Amino acid sequence: MRARNTFVGAAFALLAGGMAHSALAQDIKIGEINSYSLLPAFTEPYRKGWQLAVEEVNAAGGINGKKLVVISKDDGGKPADAQTAANELVSSEGVAMLAGTFLSNIGLAVSDFANQKKVFFLAAEPLTDAITWSKGNKYTFRLRPSNYMQAAMLVEAASKLPAKRWATIAPNYEYGQSAVAVFKKLMSEKRPDIQWVDEQWPPQGKIDAGPVVQAVAAANPEAILNVTFGADLVKLVREGNTRGLFKGREVVSFLTGEPEYLDPLKDETPEGWIVTGYPWYSIKTPEHDAFLKAYQAKYNDYPRLGSIVGYQTIKSAAAILAKAGSSDPEKLIAAAEGLSVPSPFGEITFRKIDHQSTLGAFVGKTALKDGKGVMVDSSYKKGADYLPGDAEVEKLRPKD
Amino acid sequence: MAFYVVQFLTGLASAASLFLVASGLSIIFGVTRIVNFAHGAFYMIGAYIAFTLTERLSGAFGFWGSIVLAALAVAMIGIIVEMVLLRRIYHAPELFQLLATFGLTLMVEDLVVLVWGPDDLVGRRAPGFKGAIDFFGQNIPSYDLFLIVLGPVVLGILWLLFQRTRWGVLVRAATQDRDMVAALGVNQKWLFTSVFAVGVFLAALGGALQIPRDAVHHAMDLRIIVEVFVVVVIGGLGSIIGAFVAAVLVSELNAFGILIFPKISIILVFLVMAVVLIVRPWGLFGKPEAPARKTPGLTVNPWRPLTSNERLAALAALVIAATLPLFAGNYALTVGSEIAIFVIFAVSLHFLMSVGGLASFGHAAYFGLGAYGIAFLAKMAGLPMVVCLLLGPLLGCMGAAVFGFFAVQLSGVYFAMLTLAFAQIVWSIAFQWVSVTGGDNGILGVWPEKWAASPSHFYWLALGVAALVTIALRAMVFSPFGYALRATRDSLLRSEAIGIDAKRIQWTAFVIAGTTAGIGGALFAYLKGSVFPDNLGISLSVDALVMVLLGGVETVSGAVIGAIVYKALNIWLVSQTDLSKLVLGGFIMLIVVVFPKGIVGMLETLAQRRKKAPPPASPLLAKPIESAE
Repeated sequence: MRARNTFVGAAFALLAGGMAHSALAQDIKIGEINSYSLLPAFTEPYRKGWQLAVEEVNAAGGINGKKLVVISKDDGGKPADAQTAANELVSSEGVAMLAGTFLSNIGLAVSDFANQKKVFFLAAEPLTDAITWSKGNKYTFRLRPSNYMQAAMLVEAASKLPAKRWATIAPNYEYGQSAVAVFKKLMSEKRPDIQWVDEQWPPQGKIDAGPVVQAVAAANPEAILNVTFGADLVKLVREGNTRGLFKGREVVSFLTGEPEYLDPLKDETPEGWIVTGYPWYSIKTPEHDAFLKAYQAKYNDYPRLGSIVGYQTIKSAAAILAKAGSSDPEKLIAAAEGLSVPSPFGEITFRKIDHQSTLGAFVGKTALKDGKGVMVDSSYKKGADYLPGDAEVEKLRPKD
Repeated sequence: MAFYVVQFLTGLASAASLFLVASGLSIIFGVTRIVNFAHGAFYMIGAYIAFTLTERLSGAFGFWGSIVLAALAVAMIGIIVEMVLLRRIYHAPELFQLLATFGLTLMVEDLVVLVWGPDDLVGRRAPGFKGAIDFFGQNIPSYDLFLIVLGPVVLGILWLLFQRTRWGVLVRAATQDRDMVAALGVNQKWLFTSVFAVGVFLAALGGALQIPRDAVHHAMDLRIIVEVFVVVVIGGLGSIIGAFVAAVLVSELNAFGILIFPKISIILVFLVMAVVLIVRPWGLFGKPEAPARKTPGLTVNPWRPLTSNERLAALAALVIAATLPLFAGNYALTVGSEIAIFVIFAVSLHFLMSVGGLASFGHAAYFGLGAYGIAFLAKMAGLPMVVCLLLGPLLGCMGAAVFGFFAVQLSGVYFAMLTLAFAQIVWSIAFQWVSVTGGDNGILGVWPEKWAASPSHFYWLALGVAALVTIALRAMVFSPFGYALRATRDSLLRSEAIGIDAKRIQWTAFVIAGTTAGIGGALFAYLKGSVFPDNLGISLSVDALVMVLLGGVETVSGAVIGAIVYKALNIWLVSQTDLSKLVLGGFIMLIVVVFPKGIVGMLETLAQRRKKAPPPASPLLAKPIESAE
């Protein structure tokens, strides 16, 4: 019985919490969810990014005169907890829309929740193609360039390499599997002459790098596709450097140029890898300069890619809310479809056909400069140029 | 040929790192019987401190000195933890110390991010071991060679320590029979503290030595902890040589396994452990555990059914809970449903642990199987919800029947680890079989039908099922079957002597617990509308253990309270703060020290004392405690 009382008490506390927030009913609220405790290396800069965006939006008069408030929740890296958080945001905080998420399975879980509860959801980071295509739904939009788009950008550069024997190293979960699958498919279309000589699938976060490097070297490939990131990437690079795996071989690598993953490598950064990433130090456009200046002024730190994602998520959300002039999900969808918004990377558009934004990525080569890893020869690839044709997209996406 | 030699040496280097950490865990468990969940945390702190020191101190002496200093510093932390925390709870029921070390692990994961920041840290390479040595055209990193030598050297030192010193003799004696050692007048306190310090030192050394090849980050502990447990169990608990052989076996199988099956790493250690435990129930070098002298549990309060007053009180509590939809909002109701589901899950494990004396480390497998059962039936067969709810848990039942058959042949920690192995095997099937299970992207769109869709209806459904399940399991405790099961728990030999078919009774209990967990999983699938491999994962199994231990393993229905407290607190903290692990870990450690018998267990003891005291206290106070349903 006591237990029941505890529980009822907890329920009251939750209710009271909800009411305290709803006192500010005039504000427009966005519910934001991310894996703050599981992935702080990405989510800290991400949070700084969106906080900057909130500040800018409100300094410019808010959303049609109303103040923008972001209520942020941690999902601990678990889809089930992300849904609990989404439920709290929608049911008791009364947010106008959901935004955020990093991991693909969490993005999908929240997107399914949004579809069921008829809530607008702007996925920030999840890269899986499924979220806009095979498991896409009308309530879900996605900001970052998908797995397919990044693979297509890399294939453009990789297909020009003379290498014919390719090996792949990717973390053994959906992201790694689909990155490799798309890369192989697009690559083989452009270059029917190449052979795939080996593939390694270390468990995410648990790579035993020595044997993996050795196994890849034994297959004697001319080029390697890498999809690992974070601590796995560090181990792979260190073992690969010591064992000479990368010597005389071309390496194409997803995400490695992002400061989150490149900076920890310091003087061990391998040179000449073709990577996607974010060379904040060499982007010279007025939009990015403005962002960089504001970010550095506020935080006295340089932005990571997470900062861009966080910033642009809230900037886009604010633009959608402003255009819709309402928090009705149907109006938000109508406003978001085909909406063009400015971003630090130039103007982006949320496509009507699959709700994917045309935010692009930078492709360049890794290099060492003053004992640090940098991206050189980088160029911005517009997202719109790396998506399949409309007819194909329609086949991939279920009808609403 | 050169390639195979190099691959073999690479495997040996991996084995050496694994062995250092595993040997520490093995020593600690052998003597103190603590399942030290925090071993990975000590490993991680070792790496972090070594990183800081090696960045500050330069030169060869600076580097190697830093490694040793870091390990010593962490050993000091270990001593403090042992003296302040663990010493207080050695007399607590078995496995309770696991709760304390789990709380510590949670705290450390947040603390290292607070102290060292969120970024991955890459430390220096070891002076003198930066390059590689050419071996017939293959490169072997010289640091690998260093590790390959270090492994056997540490093994040798430990062997000498155990065979040639008085301390070693005491440790070996305590590993074999610690009660006898205590009876002979050995100061157990200091023996335990010193053993814990040595074990932690080895863990931290293992962590510090990773600096030249790994990145230091806040999830290092989880990456290693399960693996070293497995190595220790494969080798045989308390056996250092066993740990060494097991580390080599696992690492070599991985090094060569990936040449044929590149995806094998994800499951390899668990497959090896399952096979080893089925063939050799005490690990490669372990010895059968001597039958326990103490009767586990029930030393203080004999179990009894509820009195009629208590029944009324429990019913009243249920009615109050059922009125929640009258005044609570949708979010509170959904949280209420989630808590009710976790009550089902926790009582199912509690039944196995408290009544059967069988602590499962892989109970989430049956919860998850129930959830997947629903997903298959609803999504693929398109069956109506009621049918799904009735049939879905059968998948959990079948899983429990198959795995339970093998698991109940074992006992104690070996039983626990075999259940963990099975759970991980099921998890990896769900994770890898993308065409059927959707892999880690899960199965989406498993939402309840209209009649149950509203939060209040679903809450009543979950609450009703939770109440029924709890009542049914309680009734079973006091049935002839329950008495037989308790007999097998209290004394296997005596129960068999009076004609109880112990294995069969335990197997039945395992299936009952698994099916019940499956019911919880089935409801969970509908609550969340989706199923992911997470639903079968280790962290969920650990959650269940924590709920049972928190409630009190020696009680009849403590898990109900444990589940409510833990789940409500967890959801609330995650919603309120990014440092939820720090607060939750601190809370768990506090509970462990204040309530060494679990919340319900402690309240029962207090109530018991009051009853015995001359002026009888108000019986009202005692009631709610006993009437946990």
